[in-house]
Amino acid sequence: MQGISTLRRLFFSSTFIRIASAITTLFGISIFVFLVLRVIPGNTITGAFGIETGALNPQQIAELRHYYGIDQPMIMQYFSWISSFLSGNFGYSYATGRSVFALTKVALPVTIELAFIGTILGVIMGIAIGMFSARKPGSFRDFGGQLFGLLALAIPGFVLSTAIVTIMANKFHYFPNSLEYMAPWKDPWMNFQQMMFPGLVLGIAVAAPVMRTTRSALLETIDKDFVRTALGKGVPARKVQFKHVLRNSLIPIVTMTGIQFGYLLGGAVIVEKIFAMPGMGRQVLEAITRREYATVQSSVMVFAIMFVTINILTDLVYRRVDPRIK
Amino acid sequence: MAKKKEVSQRGAIHYYLQSTSGIVGAVLLLFMIVVSICAAMGWLPHNPLDQNVDNLLHAPSSKFWFGTDDFGRDVFSRTLDGMRRSLTVSITAVSLAAIVGITLGILGGYLGKWFDMVITRVSDVFFAFPAILLALAIVASLGNAWYETSLAIAIVYTPIFIRVARGPVLSVKEMDYIKVSRILGFSSPRILIKHILPNVFAPIVVQIALSLSWAILTESGLSFLGLGTQPPNASLGLMVSDAQPLAAFAWWTLVFPSLFITIVVVGLNLVGDGLRDALDPARRSS
Repeated sequence: MQGISTLRRLFFSSTFIRIASAITTLFGISIFVFLVLRVIPGNTITGAFGIETGALNPQQIAELRHYYGIDQPMIMQYFSWISSFLSGNFGYSYATGRSVFALTKVALPVTIELAFIGTILGVIMGIAIGMFSARKPGSFRDFGGQLFGLLALAIPGFVLSTAIVTIMANKFHYFPNSLEYMAPWKDPWMNFQQMMFPGLVLGIAVAAPVMRTTRSALLETIDKDFVRTALGKGVPARKVQFKHVLRNSLIPIVTMTGIQFGYLLGGAVIVEKIFAMPGMGRQVLEAITRREYATVQSSVMVFAIMFVTINILTDLVYRRVDPRIK
Repeated sequence: MAKKKEVSQRGAIHYYLQSTSGIVGAVLLLFMIVVSICAAMGWLPHNPLDQNVDNLLHAPSSKFWFGTDDFGRDVFSRTLDGMRRSLTVSITAVSLAAIVGITLGILGGYLGKWFDMVITRVSDVFFAFPAILLALAIVASLGNAWYETSLAIAIVYTPIFIRVARGPVLSVKEMDYIKVSRILGFSSPRILIKHILPNVFAPIVVQIALSLSWAILTESGLSFLGLGTQPPNASLGLMVSDAQPLAAFAWWTLVFPSLFITIVVVGLNLVGDGLRDALDPARRSS
C-alpha cells in the first residue's frame, strides 16, 4: 500500500510532470528539426557531390538514394534518424571526415564553458548594477545604471565583438583568439585569455535583463513591511540590503538568469564565429554554409536538449529558492 | 459609449506623453522611419550600390557624410538603405507573427480543450530554441530573399504572441460579464471581438514594440552571418561584417551602421517602456 502511494506521489509530483512534459517537447523538437531540414531544396546527394551531381545518371542517383536511405518513406527516415541519434550516432561530416558525435564531443564543452562564464559575468554585473541603481531611484546614478541596461540590450553582440577585436588586435596587439584554441585542462591560462572577451560580450547581453529585473525586484521588496521592521529594530542597513531585500528578490532574478542562459546559447553562435572558438555555434554555422544537413540536424538537436535541460534546472532552482512554491 | 471610449484613448496618449522615455523613444523611432522612407523614395545623396574607385575608404567629409567603404560606396546612403531593409523585414515579420499569434492565442485560450493543448505544445517546441538558432535553421531551409528572412523571423516570434494573447483570455473568459454575454446568447465571434480582444490589447501593443527590436537584432545578426541580405545590397548587419577587416583604419565603416542599429533598438525599447506605463493603470502612479 505504502509503495503505491509513494509511486503515486512520484507520478504526480511537479518535478516528474515537468520532466515528462520536457520529453514530449523534445519529441516535438525532433520532428520539427527533421521536417525543416527536409524542406531544403536539394538533398544529401547534391550536398555531398555539389555541382558534380549533374554528371550522375539516373541509375547512380537511385543507388545513392538507396545508400543514404532517402528512398524510404519520411516516417521511416525519421525513425531511423532519431533511433541512431539516441544511440549516439549523430551522422557523418563529409568535410571533416569525422563523425558528428566526435565533433560534438569536442565542441560542446567549449560552448558550455563559454555559456557559464558569460552567465556568471552577466549575473555579477547585472545584480551589482541593479543594486547600484535601486539604491536611489530617480537619481543620476540610477539613470547611469538604466542607461547601461538599455545600451547592453541594444548593442548587438556582433558589434561589441567586432569593436573589441579591432581595438585589442590593432591598438594593443593582443588577440589570444588568433592562436590555436586551448582546452582548460591543457593550458588553463591560455584558455582563460581566450574565453575572457567572448565571455564578456555574452555577459553584457545577460547583464541587461538581469539588471532590469534586479532593480525592479529590489524596489518592490524595499517597500515591504518586514524591511521597514528590520531597519526599525536596528539591523544595519547593509545587512538588510543583502539578507532581507536581495534574498527576497532572488526569485525573479533566478528566473531571468535561467531564461537568459538559454538565449546566450544563441548568442554563442555569433560570438564563437567572431572569436574563432571551436564550439557548437560554429559547428552549426559551418555545417549550414557547407550544406551538411546531418551535422545541422544533430547539432541543432543538441542545442535544443541543452536549452530544455536548462529550463528544467531553472525550475528546480526556483523551487529551492522559494519554499512557497511546492 | 462612444464618448467614453474616446476619453480613455485620449487618456492613454496623455499618459504616454508624460513619460520621458516614451517621448525620447518615439523621437528616435520616428527619425529612423523618416530616414527609411527617404531611402525607399531614393532620396539619398548617392546610389548605395555605386562603386567609385577614386574615393576608396574616404573619411567622412561634406561630400560623403559617413565616408566611403572599400568599394568607394557611400556609407551614409548604404546605412540609410540598410535601415530601410531592416525595418521592412522586421515590420513584415512582426506583423505576420502578431496576426497569426494573436489569432491562435485568443482562439486557444477561449476554446480550450484539444485545440489549446495542440497550440501550447507546438509553441513549447518553438520556445525550446534560442531565437537566432531557430531563425538560422529556417533560413537555411527557406533561402535568404527578404521575405524568406521575414518568414523565418515571423515563425520564431509567433509563439511569444500566442503566449501574450492567451494569458489574459484565460482569466477574462471566467469573468461574470463574459458568462453573462454567453447566457444572453451572444455569438462567440462577437464575444471574442467586442469583449475579449480589448483586454489583450495593452500587453500586445507593448509586445509589438519589443518584438520589433528583437526582430531587428535577429535580422542584422542573420545578415552579419551571411545568411540574410546578400551583397552587394546594403544591410546593417552585413556592413558591420564587411567592416571587420577595415575598422582598424577606417572606423566610419564600423561605427555608423552599428550606431544606427543601436539607436533603432534603443528607440523601440523606450517606446515599449512608455507604452507599458501608459497602458497599464497600475503603473501610472509615478
